[in-house]
Amino acid sequence: MAINKDSNGYTFLFAIIMVIVVGSGLAAASYGLKPLQDKNLEVKKKMDILGALKIENVDRTTAEGLYAQYVNDADCIVLDSEGNIKEGLVAFDVDIKKQFRDKKLAPEDRDFPLYVASIDGSTKYVIPVVGSGLWGPIWGYLAIDEDKSSIYGAKFDHKTETPGLGAEIKQPFFYNQYTKESITVDGQYKKIKVVKDGSGGDDFKVDGITGGTITSKGVEEMVDRTIQVYVKYFNK
Amino acid sequence: MSEKIKAPKEPLFSKKNKRLVTEPLDDNNPVTLQVLGICSALAITVSIEQALIMTGAVFFVLGLGNVIISLLRNAIPSRIRIIVQLVVVAALVIIVNEVLKAYMPGPAEKLSVFVGLIITNCIIMGRFEAFAMANKPWPSFLDAVGNTLGYGMVLVIVSVIREIFGSGKFFGFPILGNNIVDPEANLELTGLYSIGYMNNNFIILAPFALFAVALVIWVQRARNKSLIEEH
Repeated sequence: MAINKDSNGYTFLFAIIMVIVVGSGLAAASYGLKPLQDKNLEVKKKMDILGALKIENVDRTTAEGLYAQYVNDADCIVLDSEGNIKEGLVAFDVDIKKQFRDKKLAPEDRDFPLYVASIDGSTKYVIPVVGSGLWGPIWGYLAIDEDKSSIYGAKFDHKTETPGLGAEIKQPFFYNQYTKESITVDGQYKKIKVVKDGSGGDDFKVDGITGGTITSKGVEEMVDRTIQVYVKYFNK
Repeated sequence: MSEKIKAPKEPLFSKKNKRLVTEPLDDNNPVTLQVLGICSALAITVSIEQALIMTGAVFFVLGLGNVIISLLRNAIPSRIRIIVQLVVVAALVIIVNEVLKAYMPGPAEKLSVFVGLIITNCIIMGRFEAFAMANKPWPSFLDAVGNTLGYGMVLVIVSVIREIFGSGKFFGFPILGNNIVDPEANLELTGLYSIGYMNNNFIILAPFALFAVALVIWVQRARNKSLIEEH
């Protein structure tokens, strides 16, 4: 029996079968791989937090153990935009990237998780930050020292910034500039500026990246916006 | 796969089949002669590692896609054949992306959006339409092997040039010395950088890839005069 392959009926039938087969195949793949992908994201988050805490030799296999060793989940808290503790939330489960993307959620309604770590008996506070670069989201973690005023370590990452330019924010030469910067003067918040004139060695100043101005300014903005909230908490 | 071909009179690696693999390497290179797949040649040739992972991903999509299209070639209604091809590419690329994210999170992070951009790689649609629609699965698979190798070869050549002169590295290892000054970490300029050499930032940017591809085309045509067009 010959089928007329140019008939409308055959064309529609082919298209419908194709869509059903491909659609269910992709849904199965996505559903089946989801737990593994989520697990990878979780490990990546722990690696980033450990990176800001300047723990060395962290890779995907050791991240879980090291995280459990240094960060005590029970001490971690979630703040509101006024720096008050929000009860009933788990810091690690708060997705600040999603909240940042959510246009319906007012900035003052966002949650602000605070991770509390202990390194050799000294308490460190890890603040997650998220903002916008030139092409897409940028994010990072800032570890604040026990004095609640100086930065102990920082780590930034990005999704789609230009390689060699904006993407350099994930390089140590950039994020290490934040180490030992202060966030407060006599308890009052003071902004850390990203500058172009090469005076980044001064206090409250960090050198931007040549050719990556918008990304550098994005880092400045997200650090500035986020740290203010935590300073309110630290001052309580 | 191969047993599905009915009574192949020619051996699996006949002269004709071998030509399918070797021709795209030089005489009919998809990038330098057909000028396809240029987008990814611009985007991911900043480092050799990325170029190789991209080539692997393209191989998976093109190899499997060519075979699928070839098996379906007599069933696909000709009026919607481009859409069918597009669906096959898109589905395979999404699978690659999901699998990379689940099992190889490191490389997946590095390639990020560029895996998705394999969909827009004209080589794939081009091979589906020009070859797999008219040939049996085994030759189609060999065609995919040849074209991926031809594509990957150009990517690697371009990325070697860009990584060495743009970042001073080869496969991620600094070969021209250290170019970051950081007194705290005891880092100072070494190697070529200590005598005033600097990485060329332009080479990192996408437009340079066009110059690099042009250089490859120039060298190739100087070597192989039969490729020079008459007009």
